Amino acid sequence: MLTISQALVDKIVAHARADHPDEACGVIAGPIGSDRPERFIAMQNAERSPTFYRFDSMEQLRVWREMDDRDEEPVVIYHSHTATEAYPSRTDISYASEPNAHYVLVSTRDENEVEFRSYRIVDGVVTEEEVEVVK
Amino acid sequence: MAIEVRIPTILRSYTDGAKAVEGKGATLEELIGDLEARHPGLKDRLVEKGALRRFVNVYLNDEDVRFLGGLETPVADGDTVTVLPAVAGGAA
Repeated sequence: MLTISQALVDKIVAHARADHPDEACGVIAGPIGSDRPERFIAMQNAERSPTFYRFDSMEQLRVWREMDDRDEEPVVIYHSHTATEAYPSRTDISYASEPNAHYVLVSTRDENEVEFRSYRIVDGVVTEEEVEVVK
Repeated sequence: MAIEVRIPTILRSYTDGAKAVEGKGATLEELIGDLEARHPGLKDRLVEKGALRRFVNVYLNDEDVRFLGGLETPVADGDTVTVLPAVAGGAA
């Protein structure tokens, strides 16, 4: 289960809406082993594409080092789908490389409604999990 | 002195859980070959058909080796090499 604050959910959704129709992506860091997403980091989508995302490699190095220095890990890795449902695509599954992360998907295909779902992706296997939004 | 290589979580099964290992070589390719001798299987996760895998980022100190010389990039004692899997995906 992913437990996440309403404020962080709002930040992810706002980022996804702002970058629509391109996919938005980012990380929420938290203390190692805590499973608590705390520090929101919007990342650039180096692909600037409506169907693909990739973290900019230099920005990723900087952010990953910063997490290392602060004894944090990527608790949440999020991205948006802008025309399809918030479910991991084959591409998402094949590139998933953080076995400890919650992979959050948001769909912005509907202007009025937000789909916000979370998954574990380990060794090519997708498991959807419950999302508990707290204050 | 040696070259420090920082290993991401997903590849630590090849390094007995170590976050960093040491190796030697004059180029990135030689360094990866040296690591492979002690950590079999690691090379295949980094290199495909004689080039770095597209969705693995390898950095020499503060630079992405794609912008240096890929596997031919010269390395030296005291350098730090960082491996990070690219974070990528998308609806396509």
